[in-house]
Amino acid sequence: MSEMTLDAPEDEGAVTVNDNPVESAIARLKERFPDAVSDDPRDGYEGVIVDADKLIEVSEALRDDLGFEYLSSVTGVDLIDDGKLEVVYHVYNIEEGGSAVVMKAQTDRDNASLPSLVSVWPGADFQEREVWDMYGVHFEGHPDLRRILLWDGFKGHPLRKDWQEPFFEEEHKPFGSRWPGGSVARIEDSNPFGKNVQYPEGWLPTGDEYDVEIDMYPHEPAHREDESTRMVTDKVTVNMGPQHPSTHGVFRMVVELDGETVVSLKPVMGYLHRNHEKIGERNTFIQNIPYTDRLDYLSSMGNNLGYVLTIEKLLGSEVTERAEWIRILMAELTRIANHLWALGFLINDLGALQTPMLYFYLERELILDFFEAASGARLLCNYMRFGGVAYDLPDKVRETDTMTFLHDLIYENIPNVLDQGENLFVGNEIVRTRSIGVGVLTREDAIAYSAAGPVLRASGVQYDVRRAEPYSYYDKLDFDIPVRYNGDVYDRLLIRMDEMRQSLRILEQVLPHLKETEGMPVIGGKPQYAIRMPKAGEAYGRVENPKGELGYYVTAKRRDANPQRYHVRAPSFINLTALGKMCEGHKVADVVVILGSIDIVLGEVDR
Amino acid sequence: MTSQTDPSAGSDITVPDELQNNVVITNIAKVLDPVYNWGRRNSVWPMVFGLACCAIEMICTAASRYDLARFGMEVFRATPRQSDLMIISGTVTKKMVPTIVRLYNQMPEPRYVMSMGACASGGGPFKEGYNVVDGIDKFLPVDVYVPGCPPTPQALINGLIALQEKIGQQSIATVPWYSKQGDEFTGAVPIPVLGPDLVDLRQIDIIREEAAKAETNDTAVEETAESAMPEAA
Amino acid sequence: MYGVGILKGMAVTLKHFVDTYLDDIYWSSRGGRYYNDKAFEVRQSLKGKGVKTVFYPEEKLPMPERFRFVPFLVTDDPPPGQNWGKDWCTSCGICAKVCPPQCIWIERGKLPNGRPKPEPVNFYIDIDICMNCGFCMEFCPFDAIKLDHDYELADYDRTTAHLFDKERLSKPISYWREIAPQKAAAEEAARTFAEQSKKKKKAKRGAEGEQEPAPTLNDEYARQLMYRGASY
Repeated sequence: MSEMTLDAPEDEGAVTVNDNPVESAIARLKERFPDAVSDDPRDGYEGVIVDADKLIEVSEALRDDLGFEYLSSVTGVDLIDDGKLEVVYHVYNIEEGGSAVVMKAQTDRDNASLPSLVSVWPGADFQEREVWDMYGVHFEGHPDLRRILLWDGFKGHPLRKDWQEPFFEEEHKPFGSRWPGGSVARIEDSNPFGKNVQYPEGWLPTGDEYDVEIDMYPHEPAHREDESTRMVTDKVTVNMGPQHPSTHGVFRMVVELDGETVVSLKPVMGYLHRNHEKIGERNTFIQNIPYTDRLDYLSSMGNNLGYVLTIEKLLGSEVTERAEWIRILMAELTRIANHLWALGFLINDLGALQTPMLYFYLERELILDFFEAASGARLLCNYMRFGGVAYDLPDKVRETDTMTFLHDLIYENIPNVLDQGENLFVGNEIVRTRSIGVGVLTREDAIAYSAAGPVLRASGVQYDVRRAEPYSYYDKLDFDIPVRYNGDVYDRLLIRMDEMRQSLRILEQVLPHLKETEGMPVIGGKPQYAIRMPKAGEAYGRVENPKGELGYYVTAKRRDANPQRYHVRAPSFINLTALGKMCEGHKVADVVVILGSIDIVLGEVDR
Repeated sequence: MTSQTDPSAGSDITVPDELQNNVVITNIAKVLDPVYNWGRRNSVWPMVFGLACCAIEMICTAASRYDLARFGMEVFRATPRQSDLMIISGTVTKKMVPTIVRLYNQMPEPRYVMSMGACASGGGPFKEGYNVVDGIDKFLPVDVYVPGCPPTPQALINGLIALQEKIGQQSIATVPWYSKQGDEFTGAVPIPVLGPDLVDLRQIDIIREEAAKAETNDTAVEETAESAMPEAA
Repeated sequence: MYGVGILKGMAVTLKHFVDTYLDDIYWSSRGGRYYNDKAFEVRQSLKGKGVKTVFYPEEKLPMPERFRFVPFLVTDDPPPGQNWGKDWCTSCGICAKVCPPQCIWIERGKLPNGRPKPEPVNFYIDIDICMNCGFCMEFCPFDAIKLDHDYELADYDRTTAHLFDKERLSKPISYWREIAPQKAAAEEAARTFAEQSKKKKKAKRGAEGEQEPAPTLNDEYARQLMYRGASY
């Protein structure tokens, strides 16, 4: 009786399978909570609005009874016209795949408060802290509600629409001062401090300012008495980062140690918080594409793809056939390049200093050469456009014909480097000793903590956006979703090897299509620089990026050239929620390895 | 017979005729400088210090294809105490800048700072952001700027060669780190603190002035120059 | 057996080590391995083995045509005896509008009668803000702004040097033809195509109106579409 509407036909019919579970789940929610759950009345918006009082109960029902157990994204939205703040939850069904149940909860702008969902989904932890930081929504019952990307003591909640930064010029780009007057001025010259700062009126330093050094240290040492020896010991707090060779950037961990064993670990982030979303809401739609490059800067093509897919949903634009194949080509090459980098660094963290890393990077350079020839930049490609891609494939890459280059790359060079990698570390006893059984994340925890990508799949969850909610032409391709079941560092290492092999499989299928479609247009419609939204609405687009599910939540008003809300569901950021859990009970040296196995990129963590 | 006296060394020393062939009078710095500079120029040890996207290109530069070892720079040091060069490779945020300044202060002299990429030089595309520092040179003395977003590995090496050239022009007699008064640590930069916004302690006077201005403005008629500066909500 | 995995890994390293010397021997009778164009090309191709280092600054990787760095403005080749050719830029402002970090400032020229003159008086790009995204080049309807291949821009001061003015930005079209020959040729073909079709239209309409009308945006989009599809 309970799941009767969910039993979709076993065979094909992707549309009905994808649509039905969500609709039926929403219908049943409404049936069960007639007063608390109602359809979103706004035009172009989906999902339900849930009463704040019933939010936890509705979530529990959704998780336990309806099978929607994976909270993907928590987004704050400022509805300044209504005087309200909204928090949007995207919840997915791991088993069935398909699209999300979108829950929205609204609260007053002045005294914003909502119940925290950390008790239902621990994965909401960091995301709710982010919403608190950016919007000032107080989550009742959150275990540790502090600012996450900025520091305690920062004035204001910056993503609120009426908050203005020191270098504020105009509400939206393009700025009028650039043309035709064009009187050039560095913006800092108009600031009294000559810097990107502003202080509340009449503020003077008091001496109680935020100290990065000691902010997270416990003020009183925790004594512990060993039962057998009657020896009293103190726990030690060790700070790793933000400048630390193992943290892959400017990430910081405050580790509480008992001897050498980790008692608790708290990630501290925000050291690369570049205000992606605030800038993104000021940009026009097309101006955001190069900014998305700089999210996960190791896989810029994937970021581009996710963003253009989301905006294409809103615009309703068509993508040409050749462009789709080129997109898949780029996305999969990006996956390989990213995993080569990630594995190189992971092995480096395991102590095999430099050597495997250098071997992997040589092959990665070849992929970068291809990107450079195709898009013009090695790293930050800015290659996708709404309706297609920016350029067709180049004639030649490094003096070789492009198709020959790709063929050799896909059939020889990359398989060779994967074999070499297997010889280097897969059977290596030291790697095995260091990584098997370390940093275990169980299946249940992986789902509860909203882990995504290789971290989720290494814990035995066969979930991949390319299969669960296919985009582009992935439904036409034959590939497997690799899955491993132990959830430890070794599995997360192997699953990246598996994924690269599957990517090669996809690429082998893409090549003939590229040959077939040669000469066809790579972009549909006119390339436009001033795109206006044909209709109001929201869209959540997601792709399976190398690091996990990358989602973009965009809302726009009709005839607007700028997004109203632009949010990035960053896989690295959300995967870090589980870091503390993974590290507990392990030695401090393992922390480095566990962090490496999550494969974070700080540009995406902090945005 | 020509006298080998270097005119710059001061000409008030007379050399007896019989020693003219055996004595070279010169500025000691002129002899030592090339040796001193050669040694420092070819063993610049950078710090392992990646901030953002540019760091990836920095690591690529250090990897085997571009191979910084050819310049004696392959020894990336994890601690500032052992490094000579800090490559600011990426966006400097307000939250990060106290750490960067602290690291800079911990580096032994001679120390060099390279600003890699648009973000480190002037804020880059993220300049308008509320948490971004518009150029690390607002806090640290920068020796070489490498433009680009991101600079390719070859552009970075170009910058490193420019740094080597700069080191090559220094003189042991004039470099600041030997001309210190007493044990005063001349090069140290006060570490900024995080208040309601980033506070550069060298600007404390301007902050006081602005605060006083705001106070008088409250009592007096209206604000004038301040209106250009939006106030936090 | 314990230790086999480690030995396998070491064999990989050994192979790389040996490869380096085998390559040295192979190239020793062919003009040397380093600073040799032929060897460099092989070393940087997919078939490269052993050492793959680019010996910058002696050897430089050739930049692909689409390579993007800091923008420059295209001008006509300077006529003999003069330093500057005519600007191609008409100060239409599209690049300034599309620029994501808003790093372009254009001061539009004015005719004596106060109407805008299709020529920039000043054109500034702050390369400390520029993100090398290439949108200005992509959307310029006059092919007047291009992204340069010159990446060797390191310097010791930024306050003055990093705000590029019109003089610093301008480069003759021959330079663009040199660094991106195929792309320049495709653009030229597209321009002549657009001009011809415009002439045809004009002939149809009876060949009246102003002498030299500015190209309309629609024509430019048609042209852009055309050369995007072309595989240069």
